[in-house]
Amino acid sequence: MTVKPIRAKALTMAALAMFAVSACSSSSATTAPATTPTTAPNATPVASAAAADTHKATTITVGALRPGATQEAVDALNSQISQFTAKYPWITVTSVEYNWTAPTFAAQLAGGTLPTVFNIPFTDGKGLIAQHQIVNIDARVRALPYVTKFNPNVLVNGQDTDGKIFAVPYSAYGNALTYNRTLFTQAGLDPDKPPTTWDEVKADAKIIATKIPGVAGFATMATQNTGGWQITDMTYALGGRMEAVDAKTGKVSATVNNAQTKAALAYLHGLRWDDNSMGATFDYNWGTINADFAAGQIGMFTGGSDLYTAMVQNNALKPADYGVTIIPLATDPNAGVLGGGNLAAVSVLTTEDQRDAAVDWIDFYYIERLITQDGAVADAQALKANNQPVGVPSLPVFDKATYDQSQLWIKDYINVPTAQMAPFTSKIFSEPLFVEPLYNTQDLYATLDPVVQAVLTDKNADINALLDAANVKVQKIIDTPAS
Amino acid sequence: MSSRAEPVTAASGVHKRRGLLTWVSRDGLSTFAFLLPLLLIFGTFSWFPIVRSFVMSVQHTNLVSPPTWVGLDNFATVLSDPLFGKSVANTIYFALLALIIGYPIPLALAVIMSETRRFKGLYSALAYLPVVVPPVVAVLLWKVFYKGGPNGAFNSILGNVGLGPIQWLGDAAMAMPAVVVEATWAAFGGTVIIYLAALLSVPPELYDAAEVDGASILQKIRYVTLPHMRGILFITLILQLIATAQIFTEPFLLTEGGPANATTTVLLLIYQYGFGSSLGGHFGEAAALSLMLAAFLGVFTAVYFWLTRSWSTES
Repeated sequence: MTVKPIRAKALTMAALAMFAVSACSSSSATTAPATTPTTAPNATPVASAAAADTHKATTITVGALRPGATQEAVDALNSQISQFTAKYPWITVTSVEYNWTAPTFAAQLAGGTLPTVFNIPFTDGKGLIAQHQIVNIDARVRALPYVTKFNPNVLVNGQDTDGKIFAVPYSAYGNALTYNRTLFTQAGLDPDKPPTTWDEVKADAKIIATKIPGVAGFATMATQNTGGWQITDMTYALGGRMEAVDAKTGKVSATVNNAQTKAALAYLHGLRWDDNSMGATFDYNWGTINADFAAGQIGMFTGGSDLYTAMVQNNALKPADYGVTIIPLATDPNAGVLGGGNLAAVSVLTTEDQRDAAVDWIDFYYIERLITQDGAVADAQALKANNQPVGVPSLPVFDKATYDQSQLWIKDYINVPTAQMAPFTSKIFSEPLFVEPLYNTQDLYATLDPVVQAVLTDKNADINALLDAANVKVQKIIDTPAS
Repeated sequence: MSSRAEPVTAASGVHKRRGLLTWVSRDGLSTFAFLLPLLLIFGTFSWFPIVRSFVMSVQHTNLVSPPTWVGLDNFATVLSDPLFGKSVANTIYFALLALIIGYPIPLALAVIMSETRRFKGLYSALAYLPVVVPPVVAVLLWKVFYKGGPNGAFNSILGNVGLGPIQWLGDAAMAMPAVVVEATWAAFGGTVIIYLAALLSVPPELYDAAEVDGASILQKIRYVTLPHMRGILFITLILQLIATAQIFTEPFLLTEGGPANATTTVLLLIYQYGFGSSLGGHFGEAAALSLMLAAFLGVFTAVYFWLTRSWSTES
C-alpha cells in the first residue's frame, strides 16, 4: 500500500524533470533573434550550381530593412536577395529588421543578437574596431577588384590604425537643410528659393510658424545623441570644431565650448524663445523628426541629405512635400558641411564560412550598385519595380567620376523628384566637406544632447556654463582609455 | 579506537539510510521535485545575474572583448559623475512627489469605496483597470495626452478655459510631476485592491461600537480603520519607496531622462551607463551603480523595519 504513493511521486518527479528539461530547451531556443524569414521566390541556381558543390551551405542574416518598412520595400529586398542567391546558391539569406540607434545597438551588440551583416554610422567604426567588436575582413575585402578605388577619406572610417579593413563604407552624405515645399507655399514663400543663410532660415521659420498654426517653422533633434550631432552640424557650418589634436603631442582636446557652438545654441535659443518658431516638441530623435516632417508638422530641419528613402519607406512622405538644400555656411574659412555615412560590418559571432558569405553580400548588396553597371542597373530595377526611391542625393564613396558614372547608369530609372533636390545637388560638390569628430564621437554627441534640450526648454539656460561643463565631461571621456 | 569506531559508523550509516528513507517517505522527494524548476528558474534568471553583477562591477567589460579587472574604479567613476548626484536628487524628488500624490489617493479611494453601498464591484474594476493596461501602451498614451502644443489632449482641455498651453514634458519644472501623475495613475489600482482587502478585515462590530459611542465617519476612520490597517500601510509604504527608487519605465518612455536630465533617475542612469553609448563600454559602471542602489535599498528597508517594528505589529 505504501508503494503506490512513492511510485506516484516518482512519476511526478519524472514528469517535472521532463518539464524542466523542455522548459530549458524552449527558453534556449527563444534566445535566437526574432527573424523575418525572407524567401527567395525566384532563386534559380543556374551557372553557379557547380560552384555550390564546392561550398558549404551557409546561412546569414542581414539587417537591411528598418522596422515598419512598407511591403514594397520588403518586396524590393526579396527581389535583391533572389538575385544574390542565384549568384551564390550555397548561401541562404534571411532578412531581419534592423535600425541603428545608439541604445538598441549597444544592447544587440552586448546580447549577441546583431545580424551577421549590419550597418553602423561612420562615427562608430573606430570605436568598435578598437574594442574588437567587429570582425577583421581585411583579406576578404582586399580580394575584391575595386578596393583601391575607395575614397581613402571615406574608407578610413572602417580601418584600424594599421589600415586593416574591418567595415566597408557604402553610403556617404552631407548634412543638409530639409524643407517642406508645401508648407513653404502655404506660408507664401517660394519653395524654389529656399534659404541660403541662417538669417533667412530664421526669418522663414518665423513666417511659417506664424502663418500656419501648429506647425514648427524650424525643428531640431535633441535626443538619442542626435541633439549633439546636429549642434555639431551647425557648429561646422559656422566654422567651429568639437575636438582639436595637438600636432606635436597628438593629444586630443575637447573644444565643445567653442564660440561657434555657443553661437549655434544662441541661435536656437532665439528661434525658440524670441520667435516662437520651433513648435512644441523638443525631444525629437532621428525617427520622430522624420515622421513629423513627413506628416507636415515641420517646415525645416537639418539632417542627412539621404533622408528621402527612409521617409518614403517608413513615413509615407508625399514626394511633392520634399525639398532639400545645402546647409547655410558662414563666411568663416573653416566653415563647411558636416559629412557622414554608413559602414557595413560583420558580427563577431560568426563562422569563417559566414564571414565569407557576409562579404559576398556586402559586395553584392552595398557596393556593386555603386561601381558596376550591372550592379547599378539591377539595383535600380529592383527598387523601381517596387516603387522604391532611385536617385536619392548622396556623396561619392569612391571618386567623383565613378559616382557620376553610376548616376548615368541609373538615369533611366531615377524616380525621385530631382528638381526638388537640385538646391542641394547643384551645390554640394563645390562646398567644403568635413568628417565628423574622430574621437568618442557618439559619446560627445550624447554629452551635448542635454545642452541642446536645456536651451530648448529653459529660457534662462546658461549656454556658457552648460558648454563648459560638457567640455569637461567630453575631455574626461576622451582621456579614458578604451577597454 | 577503530573497534569502537566501527559500530558507530555502521550505526550512523543505518541512521543515514533510515533518514533518507524517512525523508523520501515524508514527501521530501516530491518536495524537491516541485522545488527544482523554481531553483532552476531563479538560479538562472535572478541569482546568476546578481552574482554576475558583483563580478562585472569590478571589471571593465563590453561583454564582447575579454573583461579586465579594475578593482573599485567603477564605483569611483560613478561617485565622481556629476549625473550621479543629479539622478539621486531626481529619484528622491520623484519618491517625495509619489508619496504626496500617490500614497494617500489609493487609501482615500479604498475607504470611500468600502463605504459605498452599491456598485462596489464596478468601482473596484474601474480602479484596477489602469493596472490591466500594458505599461508601455499606457505611457505612450499619456505621452500623447501630454503633447506640448495647443492641440495636445490636456492642453486642449485647458484651452477651453483659457489656460495653457503647458509644456508638460518639455519643461524641466513640469516634467517630473507629469511623470509622477502618470505613474500614480498606472499603479494606484493595485494598491486600492490591497487596501480594500485590508478594510474587510476590520471587525464590523468595532464600527458598531464606535457608532454607539457617537463617532463621526472621520473619527471612525481615525480610531478604528487606520489602526487596523497600520501593518498593511507600512508594508505598502516600503514597497512604494522601493518601487520609486527603481522607477525606470515612465521617465524612459516619456522623457528619456530629459529635458536636460531633469527626469534622469538612478535606474535611468544605470541604463545610460549600459546602453547610452553605442559602443556599450560602461557595463561595469552600470553594475557598480546597481549594487550601490541594491545595498542602499537593503539597508533602508532594514532600518525602516527596525524603526517601525513596534508600530507595525500593533493593531
